[in-house]
Amino acid sequence: MLDPLLEVDSLKVQFPVDAGPFRRTKEFVRAVDGVSFNIAPGETVGLVGESGCGKTTLGRAVVRLVSPTSGRILFENADIAKLGGHALRARRRGFQMIFQDPYGSLNPRFKVADIIGEALDIHKLTRTAAARRDRIGALLKDVGLDPLHAERYPHEFSGGQRQRIGIARALAVDPKLIVCDEPVSALDVSVQAQVVNLLQDLQKEHGLSYLFIAHDLAVVKQISHRLLVMYLGKVVEMGLAKAVCRQPKHPYTQALISAVPVVDPASKRNRIVLPGDVPSPIHPPPGCPFHPRCPVAEARCKTEPAPLRELAPGHFAACHLAK
Amino acid sequence: MPLLEIRNLQVEFGRGAHALRAVDGVSLSLEPGKTLCLVGESGSGKSVTALSIARLVASPPAVYAGGEILLEGREVLKMTPAELREIRGGTVSYVFQEPGASLNPVFRIGHQIKEALKLHRPEAATDAEVLRMLKLVGIPAPESRIRSFPHEMSGGMQQRAMIAMALAPQPKLLVADEPTTALDVTVQAQIIELLGELQEQLGMAILLITHNLGIVGDLADHVAVMYAGQIVEAAPGLELLRRPLHPYTQALIKSVPAMDEEVERLTAIPGTVPQLGAFPDGCRFHPRCARAQPDCSQKAPDLIAPELNRWVRCPLWQSPAVGA
Repeated sequence: MLDPLLEVDSLKVQFPVDAGPFRRTKEFVRAVDGVSFNIAPGETVGLVGESGCGKTTLGRAVVRLVSPTSGRILFENADIAKLGGHALRARRRGFQMIFQDPYGSLNPRFKVADIIGEALDIHKLTRTAAARRDRIGALLKDVGLDPLHAERYPHEFSGGQRQRIGIARALAVDPKLIVCDEPVSALDVSVQAQVVNLLQDLQKEHGLSYLFIAHDLAVVKQISHRLLVMYLGKVVEMGLAKAVCRQPKHPYTQALISAVPVVDPASKRNRIVLPGDVPSPIHPPPGCPFHPRCPVAEARCKTEPAPLRELAPGHFAACHLAK
Repeated sequence: MPLLEIRNLQVEFGRGAHALRAVDGVSLSLEPGKTLCLVGESGSGKSVTALSIARLVASPPAVYAGGEILLEGREVLKMTPAELREIRGGTVSYVFQEPGASLNPVFRIGHQIKEALKLHRPEAATDAEVLRMLKLVGIPAPESRIRSFPHEMSGGMQQRAMIAMALAPQPKLLVADEPTTALDVTVQAQIIELLGELQEQLGMAILLITHNLGIVGDLADHVAVMYAGQIVEAAPGLELLRRPLHPYTQALIKSVPAMDEEVERLTAIPGTVPQLGAFPDGCRFHPRCARAQPDCSQKAPDLIAPELNRWVRCPLWQSPAVGA
């Protein structure tokens, strides 16, 4: 078997909460609380969960936009969790990110050529101005835009086109892994499918790996080979995308899937409506963190933490009752 | 008599040669106690249509250029400011997309709900009635929540508080403009369920604005699909999902990935949603339409009724869908 491109091992990211006189740090938000997974070359791993579950923090930690508190992040067998400065910057060529908001993530005062070119300049990838121009033109073509668009500013583009510019910027340094943080949720429904298809085409062409973060399970399922479901900083289910969607093992995943609005009127399913909201990640509930909202919770769920168990080959769930 | 009837409404921004028509000849009608879903993407004019019902689009810059809006038979576009104040909240209430931005951050939830009562049902402006409203929308521990500030509540709870505020004056029509778009899917399911239950209990009509066709099947008695300022298709809720007639509706339904189906590639609609002021000539969807004929770029199609209770703005509705 191929070596994984990315291996994340017991990763924890905590943010201090300052309180009291003298602003002493008393508590921590446990945004990512001991997550382990890996991504193979050319694979897409989908990451789903509700807002506040830590999925964005996990994605940002993987590309080192936030520093992990503990744990290891092996990218091509080298630990990047503790790297800094030049060493980290050199490594960054291997992993890039696409952001959710195509309006906020492009500098409005840069031309498209410079938004994409900045990455080329930082890593000194093109020697001459002509080579830089050609490379930018080729990247724009790759993402379905016109090379002439290089001379325009972000405000002249629609949301879907801007997201394509963001994708071209990520591709500029020939990365192996791209972390896509909700890349389509800010787009119009009719344009979402275009961007999902583009990402799939680029993956085939360049052999990219994706960590695809989204709250829309239907979109994640479409693009992912494997799925991670997160709840309160922990992975509660992990497995092949088809298996997780068809036979979800964890009650949280089951509720999440049943809550996806469906267009097809024939497939009226029994919707599991979860009571309440996601609890605070500062004081996660003891035992299984999902037990206060779980429709099938038992006494032991309130006290015993539920570790991930392999229930079928490659299919893991963190639930005492799952079979 | 329908509760709400919109006839050939036209709303423009700006004047003279530079006027941009955001809503172009929209007609809708809604019976008491029923739900109408208005579906469309950004820039389709769905929100401007919804806001016009209580004349909430500020004028200027907006100009109500034509048509009429009848609310319980009364002409909204001819009302005096005093009459408008009475229907706003009293007859028609609104719930918006972002509850966090709609609630006043410096007042407690209870105070804000009581404010709505003071305006429209002064005799009922009591703590007991506020508590009853909070219970009605399923807010847990309402006795303590009445003293909460908006920032102390989650998005789902804030949206419930907004709904309580909107329903407190007992309106006949609740306009919900993308009420669940800012919320998580599990919370979205809660809010949709709540709206359905409240309608059954209180009997008000709902105008639901959404870009999510998935919600339509759950609530809507009728659906109208808007594109670039016009209604392109209207039909009873499930009928529209089962057998969409307009190429845009068909493509939109296909472009949403289904949970229980596996497809290699999604069927995307090419191009982008046209901007206000840059609507194409002829049929406004033709540059993106897989079935477009040369004629489509010349002649603007009318909304026709090919069958009972069905309207479609496409002369080619009978020709088979591409790839179907």
